[in-house]
Amino acid sequence: MTGPTLEATNLTKQFGSFTAVHQLNLRVEGAKCVGFLGPNGAGKTTTLKMFTNFIHPTAGTARINGVDVMEDKRRALEECGSLIETPEIYPALTPREALSYIADLRGIPSRDRTRRIKEVLDEVRMTEWIDARTGKFSKGMKQRVNIAAALLPDPQILLLDEPSTGLDPRGVAEVRDIVLALKRQQRLIFMSSHLLGEVSDMCDEVAMIDHGQLLAYDTIENVTNRVVGEADLVEIGLAAAADGNLEARLGAIPGVTLVTRTDARKFTLRFRGGPAGQQKLLADLVNAQIGLLSFTPATSMARLEDTYLKLIQGGY
Amino acid sequence: MATADATAPHLDRSLPDSWTQITRVAQYELLNFARSRRFIVLLGITGAIAALFTVLIAHYRPESLLVGPIAFYGTFWGVAIAFLVDLAAVFFAGDAISGEFQNKTGYFLFGNPVRRSSIYLGKATAAFVAGLLVILIYAAVAVGNGWYYLGPPPMVFLESVAFSVLYLLSVIGVTLLFSSLFKSGAMSILVSLLLFLFAFAVIEDVIVALVHIEPWFMITYGSAIITNVINASYPAHIVHSHPFGLAGPVTTTYTATIPEGVAIMLTYAIVGAVLGYLLFRRQDFT
Ligand SMILES: Nc1ncnc2c1ncn2[C@@H]1O[C@H](COP(=O)(O)OP(=O)(O)OP(=O)(O)O)[C@@H](O)[C@H]1O
Ligand SMILES: [Mg+2]
Repeated sequence: MTGPTLEATNLTKQFGSFTAVHQLNLRVEGAKCVGFLGPNGAGKTTTLKMFTNFIHPTAGTARINGVDVMEDKRRALEECGSLIETPEIYPALTPREALSYIADLRGIPSRDRTRRIKEVLDEVRMTEWIDARTGKFSKGMKQRVNIAAALLPDPQILLLDEPSTGLDPRGVAEVRDIVLALKRQQRLIFMSSHLLGEVSDMCDEVAMIDHGQLLAYDTIENVTNRVVGEADLVEIGLAAAADGNLEARLGAIPGVTLVTRTDARKFTLRFRGGPAGQQKLLADLVNAQIGLLSFTPATSMARLEDTYLKLIQGGY
Repeated sequence: MATADATAPHLDRSLPDSWTQITRVAQYELLNFARSRRFIVLLGITGAIAALFTVLIAHYRPESLLVGPIAFYGTFWGVAIAFLVDLAAVFFAGDAISGEFQNKTGYFLFGNPVRRSSIYLGKATAAFVAGLLVILIYAAVAVGNGWYYLGPPPMVFLESVAFSVLYLLSVIGVTLLFSSLFKSGAMSILVSLLLFLFAFAVIEDVIVALVHIEPWFMITYGSAIITNVINASYPAHIVHSHPFGLAGPVTTTYTATIPEGVAIMLTYAIVGAVLGYLLFRRQDFT
């Protein structure tokens, strides 16, 4: 058997005359984490809803593990846990009851149920509230229970729509840990997010969408290399304001391909050569005696952000 | 962070069949009724009506009611049961679907590997069970009183109970339709309640008065068998009368026969529920 798969074929959704998702073709396979990126209104939630039978495609198909969600929802979603658009939990029920509901629907045997419910509530740090009514929970507390509900059946595939919405900083970090643990357990996670730091930390691949159309789908490295180039970026800060010809001197350092002045004492350098090139550049800068105060290589997140902005503004 | 490690045992779950899922949906819907005070409110109303009759009859011992079981059940049961069934069906099914949309609880439930038809049937079942409980409680109080004053209940009372259960099905069917039609829970509850408490009865009266045809297509016409059956002899199907003297115009009153009444209620139940499902099946969660 091959790994878990998600496949959209010409997937299209129109609301009246407005096309929210336009002929989306995407195949994701195997144990990995894929970040689903795009500006507000790009069609991320709409796409995820078509994968989970919340809305019906106008055309095309959404398949999970090869099964068309429209044709056989039960089989398609059997190995899929999802968290779409901050659900409300039945306010009169407690997390224990609400999760038992999901467990019963999904056939988690009663001998494992109590243990499993405690396990997932523990993962989202809600054990303390297991018997309190969810109606009075804060937004973030509800979201934690929702994450627990998606994890509960221990599915092969997780479809998450901005899972960190409403979570406190610790909650955001916890979500990251949960996703990383899921990856170690050979799960496929497909996750929409606006937090590029989160995405570059935990995702292997990104799919970018705008105006309902897929702009790119590849590993983070390939996408960023293609869009912002293979060159790396570093920001340097100087102790004192630079003189007029410093820009030219920096540009003359071997390996440096582009120099941008960001303010009186700050420059951004684009350079080639990977880690070795970076090491050499640092040495050259020190030797040049320009009053170097800071040397900050761009993180993969910054590169991803650059890529994202270029792709989105490029209006591909 | 208590993250499970890669060696954690795999859950050996197996997806239950759709029938099992339907009973699960019904079961948790009932739990939800119980927890959200819906059930308590309706039991309160049922209890209040039952208590009112019980106390008034015990205190005043009205001759007209206690002459025999027909008169007794015709009043104790006949006056209140349709109202109670209307309330119960609308309370329990009125926002079965619309509530899931409006309150966004659908996002918690619908992403699971459960057919929409199972969710619909499960919710219909829960509304039926809860409504049935209301009917049985009120029937029990009626029988308790009736037995005390007059001995065991007559056969026609049991028939009437059976018809009221059928009526419950038809109100639930139509209510489910409205619940799928509107995206606001309050709206679908309000429309269903107004229709069953007033509008259908008014429309039937208007049709009979103005058009002089048998209103065989009205639910109220069919559900009248619940009370009509509690009679020494069942009322005639069509009666022509001359309320203004023999020279005046002929007035015709219609009474549904029992097979007619059963057919009308069944039709409303099935058509309402099926149309509601067809709407619900196509709906987008947005
Ligand atoms: N029911 C609807 N009727 C009309 N248009 C809709 C409907 N639902 C969504 N849309 C439109 O479809 C587009 C895509 O919406 P969607 O929710 O998928 O965006 P998104 O990528 O998830 O955005 P966000 O990042 O803000 O969550 C938006 O322009 C939205 O206005
Ligand atoms: Mg969205």
